[in-house]
Amino acid sequence: MPAIKVENLTKTFNGNFNAVDHIFFAVEEGELFGLLGPNGAGKTTAINMLTTLLKPTSGYAEVAGHDIVKERDAVRNDIGIVFQETALDNRLTGFENLEFHSVMYSMEKEERRERINEVLDIVELSDKADLLVDKYSGGMKRRLEIARGLIHRPKVLFLDEPSLGLDTQTRRHIWDYIVKLNREKVTVVLTTHYMEEADYLCGRVAIVDHGKIVAMDTPKNLKDSLGGDVVSIESAGDGPASFEGLRGHEWVKGIDRHDGILDLKVSSADKHLPEIFSVAEKSGIVINSINVRKPSLEDVFLRYTGKTIRESEASQAERMKAHARRRR
Amino acid sequence: MMGLIQPKAIYILWLREMKTFVRAKSRVVGSLLTPILFLAFLGSGFSGVMMPGIPSGVNYLQFLVPGMVGMTMIFSSMFAGMSVLWDRQFGFLKEIMVTPVHRVSIVLGRIAGGATTSLIQGIAILIISVFLGFQFSGVVGLLFAFVYMVLVAVSFIGLGLAIASKLKDMQGFGLIMNFIMFPLLFVSGAFYPLANLPAVVSWVGYVNPLTFGVDGMRGALIGASALPMMVDFVVLLVFCAAMVLLGAYLFEKSEAV
Repeated sequence: MPAIKVENLTKTFNGNFNAVDHIFFAVEEGELFGLLGPNGAGKTTAINMLTTLLKPTSGYAEVAGHDIVKERDAVRNDIGIVFQETALDNRLTGFENLEFHSVMYSMEKEERRERINEVLDIVELSDKADLLVDKYSGGMKRRLEIARGLIHRPKVLFLDEPSLGLDTQTRRHIWDYIVKLNREKVTVVLTTHYMEEADYLCGRVAIVDHGKIVAMDTPKNLKDSLGGDVVSIESAGDGPASFEGLRGHEWVKGIDRHDGILDLKVSSADKHLPEIFSVAEKSGIVINSINVRKPSLEDVFLRYTGKTIRESEASQAERMKAHARRRR
Repeated sequence: MMGLIQPKAIYILWLREMKTFVRAKSRVVGSLLTPILFLAFLGSGFSGVMMPGIPSGVNYLQFLVPGMVGMTMIFSSMFAGMSVLWDRQFGFLKEIMVTPVHRVSIVLGRIAGGATTSLIQGIAILIISVFLGFQFSGVVGLLFAFVYMVLVAVSFIGLGLAIASKLKDMQGFGLIMNFIMFPLLFVSGAFYPLANLPAVVSWVGYVNPLTFGVDGMRGALIGASALPMMVDFVVLLVFCAAMVLLGAYLFEKSEAV
């Protein structure tokens, strides 16, 4: 049985804005699955539906075998969630926040104490348990929330942008915890707009843009699908408009443009660089800089959406603003 | 299938209110200060005044104390009901809403917590007023007064919850305070007999639960109510049930995100 099954799931706001647009995916038990996309792509809306906080406009989804609309309570019992923004009571201590949670999930006193200590241990907060959350740093709050998400032994744990706003070192730490708990057979679904986070953590990634899933596979397969290496060329003058001479070659798998830079997807770039230079010379293009690298998920995103994640974020913001104007 | 009423969940929601209440001492002292100042200055300033509608032999302080208890409680209860907005702002509402606890229990937990803190503040005002010279009729009267106080608290927590469920954030809060709480206070007979107001306005007072709460408390504490105490009780009970149902209904319908 898949841990999550999503079919045609859609959320429309105000009648005409599809925040989530007919998506399909399935997550197997024990997987670490990622929804990768720019801010505003609809990832959080999707998570809010799967965690029963929002009702879908149409479509069907199952979490841990329960219908997210008809069996809300059963879904709620089987999931844990770490929200994008902090959702702790600052006026309570770390321990009290965890205790509140465990009582809400009707855990018995003995089991509760034991389990709270266990999860505090996992996130290394045992010595800070009696401190008011108000006094916690951002990283500590995030760790406490991860601990909280685990207390009631959920079958599926949702992490919405788990490392948003954290410094690099804390982010690494959080990643370690996520890997650790996934090893304990918890199915993990996370959203992120950090390419390297999805690459490092996720067994499988769905790339989300404008409410749609545009590609889904393991990070490795996604990158391999680009066909080898990426050669980025920055040139002087009117830009890299006329590299058409390269189109015919079978080793050129794709040509993308963004920010005035030309990205060539090339199989074994080391062999073909000389040829690229000679085409440039024949076409009278002056190359300012050239960069050869293994493709990243950023390149995958560019390939499937025609935009970098940053450009897409800007257009998402435009889209939402335009929508807000129309509403008025 | 779990029931609508989950005692443990209600208890932990109540406990959360208690803990945060105890930890917010300065805020509590601040909220008690206004009624204390009113009691001290209005009570002594108007002590010799003969006001139509106040039975002879009842001095103004005696008349004012139940009103100030009512004022303290309408504010603290509305705040308690509207604390949903704080939870929404700080994200904690999502944490509550994503748990498998039934919405009815969540509402009951909030009401239990809010009513307790509100009652504590009302009792604090009563105790302080005794030091200012207030004399209540006896222990039985005091117990009756508690009944009215609880009903007032629960009614306004329900109203606060209903309003908060319709608001997205705390921006409308000042508006609510000036356009709902103060008018309700002024047409409740807390400061003067309702009958002294122009007829149209005084009729508004009779769709205001605080009117019946204050009048009932006057009956219980000083033996001078404008309406029979039983009438106050029944009307207040009806209001209370209606407000709680309205609050619970709107809260249930509102989305957490």
